[in-house]
Amino acid sequence: MAKSKAAAVELKNVIKHFGEVQAVKGVDLTIDAGSFVTLLGPSGCGKTTILRMIAGLEHPTRGEIWINGRRIDDIPIHKRNLGLVFQNYALFPHKTIFDNVAFGLRYRDVPKAEIRKRVAEALEIVQLPGVEKRFPAQLSGGQQQRIALARAVVIEPDVLLLDEPLSALDANLREGMRVELKRIQRELGITTIFVTHDQAEALALSDKVVVMSNGKKEQEGAPDKVYNQPASRFVAEFLGNANLLPGRIESNGVKLQDGTLLPLRDAKGLPVGTEIDVVLRAERILLARQHPPEADALVVPGKVRALDYQGVAARYFVEALGTTLQVINPIDDLPFPEGAEVLLRIRAQDCVALGRA
Amino acid sequence: MRDEGFDARPWVLLAPALLALLLLMVIPMAIIFVFSFYEYVDVAVDRPAFQFENWLWFFQDGFYHYAIWQTLRISAITMLVCALLGYVPAYFIANTTYRHKWLLMLLLILPFWVSFIIRQLSWVHVLGSQGIVNAALLWLGVIDAPVRLLYNEATVVMGLVHFLLPFMVLNIYVSLESIDRNLVSAARTLGCTGWQAFCQVTLPLSLPGLAAGSLLCFVLAGGSYVTPLILGGPDDFLFGNLIYDTIMLELNWPMGATLSVVLLALLGSLVAIYGRFMGLSRLYKSLN
Ligand SMILES: Nc1ncnc2c1ncn2[C@@H]1O[C@H](COP(=O)(O)OP(=O)(O)O)[C@@H](O)[C@H]1O
Ligand SMILES: [Mg+2]
Repeated sequence: MAKSKAAAVELKNVIKHFGEVQAVKGVDLTIDAGSFVTLLGPSGCGKTTILRMIAGLEHPTRGEIWINGRRIDDIPIHKRNLGLVFQNYALFPHKTIFDNVAFGLRYRDVPKAEIRKRVAEALEIVQLPGVEKRFPAQLSGGQQQRIALARAVVIEPDVLLLDEPLSALDANLREGMRVELKRIQRELGITTIFVTHDQAEALALSDKVVVMSNGKKEQEGAPDKVYNQPASRFVAEFLGNANLLPGRIESNGVKLQDGTLLPLRDAKGLPVGTEIDVVLRAERILLARQHPPEADALVVPGKVRALDYQGVAARYFVEALGTTLQVINPIDDLPFPEGAEVLLRIRAQDCVALGRA
Repeated sequence: MRDEGFDARPWVLLAPALLALLLLMVIPMAIIFVFSFYEYVDVAVDRPAFQFENWLWFFQDGFYHYAIWQTLRISAITMLVCALLGYVPAYFIANTTYRHKWLLMLLLILPFWVSFIIRQLSWVHVLGSQGIVNAALLWLGVIDAPVRLLYNEATVVMGLVHFLLPFMVLNIYVSLESIDRNLVSAARTLGCTGWQAFCQVTLPLSLPGLAAGSLLCFVLAGGSYVTPLILGGPDDFLFGNLIYDTIMLELNWPMGATLSVVLLALLGSLVAIYGRFMGLSRLYKSLN
């Protein structure tokens, strides 16, 4: 398998129309060989369509798709050598697990003995050895998903395509499979494109996250980069809990609408006087009765309006800065009660300037 | 739990249906069965008895055995033709992206709005000596005198297919429609051509519908007698025609009852065999 840093998959201005509907509106994408890339976005933003175009199940209306330096738009599906895993597993219900996993190998002129060996290996990798003779219905949802994964990786695909593979599993199984998936991908070094609407999955698994909305790419980058430095209002609001505060850039910070001057470390080259939004993540605001003095930080008074107790943490709605801020803080002993007068500490490094388009 | 007492509700709800079945099916059939042991005295005269004359007749007379063979043969041919002709439109309707699918379904069901007899008789206007085909051939000068196209086994099969095809199409359609589209996509990405994916996935998973449609076509063809009457020649009879003749022409009720029980047992055992077989393949169907 090519382990070089070459681009394994490249999309060049790919557009897809379904009649009147523009599902994908010009997407460029470069995916490094061996990397794990996630397409993240709300339902209906075109993620599945992109995956299906790469797999060959849909044809782009315009644009080019390249895999390993070869343009594949005109290569039929069955010659593309891609592994696709569906949300609903899509195991063949009338075939045994062995025949399911061996299915792709049968069309690749692999000798019988070799097929048996590789199926066994694949089942070993997904930690389900010995289920060859069973039928899909005899396995649990999580097990079926592992078989679907085994069926896709056993053919040693150039690219592994995963369409919301975990969303049909229940919550605790999902976290287990998430770790599994990452391990398998690392072990095999397969270039992987993962589609999800679940930000936690995206952040936990990916080398690169591509946030999409409405058929377009919003932002791409390493998970922490995308999370901490959202490039658009959409990304800021889609990932985590963010407060967006409108204000104007001054020489020494951002003047909010209520007159407070918010410290800002990086104005991103925006000139003084520019109207911007400041993104302030809910978990970066610290609530306390009092704060030790700190450089580059602002302490403002606030009042807890409501709280949402979550065990390890609490989500507060705090009246401050002339608006209501969401604040998520770990709970030390008892959460602040409703109506409590608190002080909010906001650090310059946590304020991200977001220019308005 | 079972020992929590007898729950009468399901029985109350089932009662009307069970009662109707009892009154309209079970009792009449029981009467027919009893009739098969009556003694035939003369035309339209019979005497209550318990004797096996009629049954001996049936088992000894080779003509009846030939009629069974002919019925099975014509039913099987009809079933095969329906399966082959029915799969294509069923596949098309199931897979079309045409927005108004209901319209295609309507076209399929439309013939049911016309009386069955009329539909069968209409073939006389198409293939009869005064029919369109002959008229057209005469007009074109291909032939000098009308040719005989009707009243043979082929036209009987054609008439049966005409009447049974929608049943086949609907059954296949329903089972094709229930197949997860992703299965074919999965097969394709794993290396199948479209045709291979059809053979590996679509066809095997649509077999339950094909089997149900085939059974229906076979049983309905095997039990019919109007089609051979209208579209068949003197030799193209089905078992049902024997029953019809025995009762309506010979007025031999006991023998007619015996033959009816035979036909019922024949077709009933086919349904029973099918039930066994489908009981197994249900397993596969319930997977997704
Ligand atoms: N086969 C299709 N025909 C018509 N519209 C489609 C088809 N597939 C997807 N769409 C539309 O394209 C848009 C993107 O769909 P999809 O790629 O499935 O989104 P996602 O996977 O992000 O939820 C949606 O508005 C959807 O309705
Ligand atoms: Mg989707």
